[in-house]
Amino acid sequence: MIKAILIFNNHGKPRLIRFYQYFAEDMQQQIIRETFHLVSKRDDNVCNFLEGGSLIGGSDYKLIYRHYATLYFVFCVDSSESELGILDLIQVFVETLDKCFENVCELDLIFHMDKVHYILQEVVMGGMVLETNMNEITTQVDVQNRMEKSEGGLSAAPARAVSAVKNMNLPEIPRNINIGDINIKVPSLSPF
Amino acid sequence: MSDVVEKTLTALPSLLSLDSQPGSAKLSSTSKLGNLIRGITELTSKHEEEKLIQQELASIKEQVSSPNTSMRQMKELMVRAIYCEMLGYEASFSYIHAIKLAQQGTALEKRVGYLAVSLFLNESHELLLLLVNTVLKDLQSTNLIEVCMALTVVSQMFPKDMIPAILPLVEEKLNHPKEIIRRKAVLALYKFYLIAPNQVQHIHNKFRKALCDKDPGVMTASLHIYAQMIQEKPEGYKDLAASFVAILKQVVGGKLPMDFNYHSVPAPWLQIQLLRILSLLGKNDQRYTSEIMYEVLDESLRRAEMNHNITYAILYECVKCIYTIHPKSDLLEKAAKCIGNFVLSPKINLKYLGLKALTYVVQQDPKLALQHQMTIIECLDHPDLIIKRETLELLFRITNAQNVTVIVEKMLDFLRISEDDYTTIDLVGKVAELAEKYPSECWFIETMNTVFSVGGDMMQPDIPNSFLKLLSEGFDSVEEDKKLRLFAVDSYVSLLQGEPDKLPQRFLQVISWVLGEYSYLKEELQPAAVLRLLAKLLDTKNTSSETKSWILMAMTKLCDGEAGVSVAQEVSETYSSSLDTVLRQRAHELQYLSQNPELRSKVLPRDAGLEVDSSLSFLDGFVSEALAAGAAPYKPPHQRQEELAQAKALSLEPYGLSLPISMSSCSIADRQSPTLLSISSGLSGDSTDLSLKGGSTTLKLDGVKRVWGKEGYLAQREPLEEAAAQVEVPSPLRSPSQTGEADNSHSQTPIPIPTPEPEQEKQQLASSLFVGLSSHSSVSLMGKSEPTPQRFRRKAKSPSSSLDASERISNSLVSSTSTVDNLLCDNLLDTSELAVPSPSLTSQLSQSLTTANGSFDVQLTESDVKGSSPTLVRDNGVAVPLSGLSHSEITPLCSDQSLDLSVCHVQKEEYLALVSCVCDSAVQELRSLGVAVCQYSLTVKRPSVHVEVVGMVSYQLPVGTHQSVQFSHKLPLTSFIRPLTVSTEEYGKMWLDFTNDTKQNLSLISDGQESLTATLNVLKKKLQLHVVEIIGVEGIVACRLHQDQPCLMHCRVHAGTLAVWLRSPVPDLPDCLIYHCQRALQEH
Repeated sequence: MIKAILIFNNHGKPRLIRFYQYFAEDMQQQIIRETFHLVSKRDDNVCNFLEGGSLIGGSDYKLIYRHYATLYFVFCVDSSESELGILDLIQVFVETLDKCFENVCELDLIFHMDKVHYILQEVVMGGMVLETNMNEITTQVDVQNRMEKSEGGLSAAPARAVSAVKNMNLPEIPRNINIGDINIKVPSLSPF
Repeated sequence: MSDVVEKTLTALPSLLSLDSQPGSAKLSSTSKLGNLIRGITELTSKHEEEKLIQQELASIKEQVSSPNTSMRQMKELMVRAIYCEMLGYEASFSYIHAIKLAQQGTALEKRVGYLAVSLFLNESHELLLLLVNTVLKDLQSTNLIEVCMALTVVSQMFPKDMIPAILPLVEEKLNHPKEIIRRKAVLALYKFYLIAPNQVQHIHNKFRKALCDKDPGVMTASLHIYAQMIQEKPEGYKDLAASFVAILKQVVGGKLPMDFNYHSVPAPWLQIQLLRILSLLGKNDQRYTSEIMYEVLDESLRRAEMNHNITYAILYECVKCIYTIHPKSDLLEKAAKCIGNFVLSPKINLKYLGLKALTYVVQQDPKLALQHQMTIIECLDHPDLIIKRETLELLFRITNAQNVTVIVEKMLDFLRISEDDYTTIDLVGKVAELAEKYPSECWFIETMNTVFSVGGDMMQPDIPNSFLKLLSEGFDSVEEDKKLRLFAVDSYVSLLQGEPDKLPQRFLQVISWVLGEYSYLKEELQPAAVLRLLAKLLDTKNTSSETKSWILMAMTKLCDGEAGVSVAQEVSETYSSSLDTVLRQRAHELQYLSQNPELRSKVLPRDAGLEVDSSLSFLDGFVSEALAAGAAPYKPPHQRQEELAQAKALSLEPYGLSLPISMSSCSIADRQSPTLLSISSGLSGDSTDLSLKGGSTTLKLDGVKRVWGKEGYLAQREPLEEAAAQVEVPSPLRSPSQTGEADNSHSQTPIPIPTPEPEQEKQQLASSLFVGLSSHSSVSLMGKSEPTPQRFRRKAKSPSSSLDASERISNSLVSSTSTVDNLLCDNLLDTSELAVPSPSLTSQLSQSLTTANGSFDVQLTESDVKGSSPTLVRDNGVAVPLSGLSHSEITPLCSDQSLDLSVCHVQKEEYLALVSCVCDSAVQELRSLGVAVCQYSLTVKRPSVHVEVVGMVSYQLPVGTHQSVQFSHKLPLTSFIRPLTVSTEEYGKMWLDFTNDTKQNLSLISDGQESLTATLNVLKKKLQLHVVEIIGVEGIVACRLHQDQPCLMHCRVHAGTLAVWLRSPVPDLPDCLIYHCQRALQEH
């Protein structure tokens, strides 16, 4: 079972947090900090699996992570999940995000946190992998978005405008986010 | 042109945010979120962020509670609240509004509401009850998206008590035409199964339907449920193995639509899941389930050859599965090759998994580690700590007496650089375990020193405890013990002379205990010098008060001589006014005892070892007072268990019996109804008793129980103990020699390993690491296979360490047959068939003996069948051909209209011969008797108070109907006890070697002068004990269960009772024996 999915940036700022097992609020924050601490000090040329981290579940608990440009995607899983399988699931998730947001970047995740959650809900449900087929996921998300459009009508247009905005180098973009390499790079198939 | 557009777009949000028209409310708040985010990212300090968020939360709070806020605005506010919560700021005021939003909003707003609810709340949150109605409503909605949302939130969290309310609706969704709904419903049910398995018990067949769903997605979802259920109870789903294999075969064969391909691998996650399920099903399997998997596993291995991450994932699962299920040699070979590819891969993730796989299989196949020894050596120096740790884990598994030093050294090296607490704790435990397993004097102490200083105060507290225990109990030879202790004292003194304030507290505690206890061994060391060292420690400000009390305790042991006393006085003065009460107490003790050397030597005798009076005899007075005052007598846990089991067993008996009896009554009309026989009531107590046995070996509490209240409960005891009887299989299939052979066929033949020639150094390391890992290394590996290796077996040297194959197998057999019916099925396979040439029973008669719990070894030595010429006819009509040997009374066991079964036992030197006579009772008046006599030899494997032999006689009447009669026979352990003739010197030597002991007070037979002798004589007569010697008020007695299972008894008359102390290398023997002693004396 997947216990938690954490996305944070290179500075440890959480971008998306999803726990599938209950932890108290302060415990959650502690887990995020510990996980960031563990993951951030690892080079890019070491393996993507981590054991230890005493907070979630001791020995029956692994961190499987990928690092894309400014973001870390970390899945906390127990021993019933396949390591390499989860690693590719992260890839599927990120590719889906890339498809839904058209060239996804950290800002998308910040400003559309809710949408990212909806996409994630179609991939993982209650800690179980629900769907691994990218097309299937985007179809489901699209169905929901169409509903949004029909309901939101005109007011949805500015939202699209905002998403166009973020791709332009605007002065409003917070300075301490690294703009240079902000796009999540979705590497092609064998990313080792 | 595009510039213009862009600029417009840039300005748009800010323009709109100024707009206060209701239509644009949504957008304006979007930019409010935007503003918040921008605001936060511009901040530099945590403090400022907190301030900003608090402001934000305050404004959200104000708006959500205002009645004018529309649902649409609420939706936006929720997203902001979610954001704040993500950053770790509580927004509990918004929870109720999230629920409201989910309840009242339109589909879109609902979605946000549900999301917020699922992020904010947990299963036990009280507000969640308010959501139940909403979920109910949405599950019935015609809008598919609403149904999906409801199912999603249900699978995330739902109050356990409310499951029945929505269960029918979710079940109904399993038949929904849309596959996505069916799939989500399956996962929701899985969630219910996890939190409340009883609630969904009735819909297991629906799970099966989901498994057979025409949509592969739904089937995939149902696998989650099956994986869970199979993990919990693999034997219940063996029948599904063929279906899973069939599914996997189709998936691997590419029968699924192309949509399911991922990088042109067909449904890889599905394959992984299926492989996992198969390995769960095939685990500990007796071939049959595994056999159907071989083909598809082979196919999977073959197909997964493409060079992509996901195919490696499949391969890895394949390999694990192959090594988990019943082995097949050519698959193993392929899997081994696969592991090799993983380990040798330049891709680091694969290397990691390869090491993991190696660790997993190395117990079965140590030669695989040998093959890759050079790679393993390289991994030891890998820059990635995770790889390194995994390598150490692997080495830990292959440790034996020869390579332990090198491996431990490697582990300590790693420990010194590790920063991760979790790793440190884990590894420290492992090093300590290894060090204790293969201790060799100086090395052991040095290693433990490093463990203590590196592990610090984080390590498990049992490590220092067991170290001290090991040190105080010592090993086989006194000489070695002394050397070990001396070395410890030496190294600790020099440590204290260095910089003791850097040592962890736990280590200081160990040091002070050891110095207090053993520094006298070093003669040239003045106690005063040690005292001064310890006093210096006391003054260090880092020393915790717990450590201080350890130190004071040590000083109390040491304060000898004038110089010592003066140091002690000084210290005790300082601490006798300490605020810490424990310290003050210790200081006063120190002060008082340092002035009274005589008292001190009494209170703290030197070299006394840790003596614990486990019988708690010092409490006898208190207990008898309490009993006199009307307290209920103490019942040991296992007796309580037995009573419980008895209560349960009662209801079972009639059902078990009625069937065979009524069946047989049809053949002959004019017979009186057969006497009721009781069968295998002991079986019902089986599982509880087993667990209890395990308990009694670790916690030696059994001895305590019978000190008091004897009269109170021993009268009721008789029926209770019967339940404990257990018996097993007279299996000709499982004779030790054959199992030995079977075992050998798995064991590896040493293969010459082509070693490349890299640097000398690595070669050397390799040879030292992998020494003793060739084919015969299995002994050390066996030791490892027990989940919690017992640490202090050293002294015992019990015969159990050299368990032969047959015993292990039978033990495992028993654990797998914990249920009654399984047991019976298994046992009934072992039927020895006897032909009875009796005129009436012309057809076959077969008889089987079964024993439960594996504690007995029944061998069918001879089964001679006598015809109609009985040598000795008793009045009950049973013939006994065993004249000349002393035997017990013949007990009729059971009878039905056509035969009588009687049994008696003969005590042979090495075993108990059980002679059973089958007598043709139906015709005894008319014709000559048909008698069949079978003889079995019984030996005891694991002692228990009673042994119950359960068996069945089946025979065929001339008319052709099969009949069977079940019987059971109970034997006390005393039937297996034989006197052991030893001299007093031998006795003394043996006494020290045995670890399992029990102490108890028994009542003496008379009060006179010769009471000891009289009592021992009774025991001798009744239990066949051998009285070795009686010296004054003490007597020593010896007996044995087998040739190699002695039990020694030491008796002493004390205060009108007989204090008995039993010791044996066999765990349960003393307890069982003392029970019989008690009985014997009471009956007398």
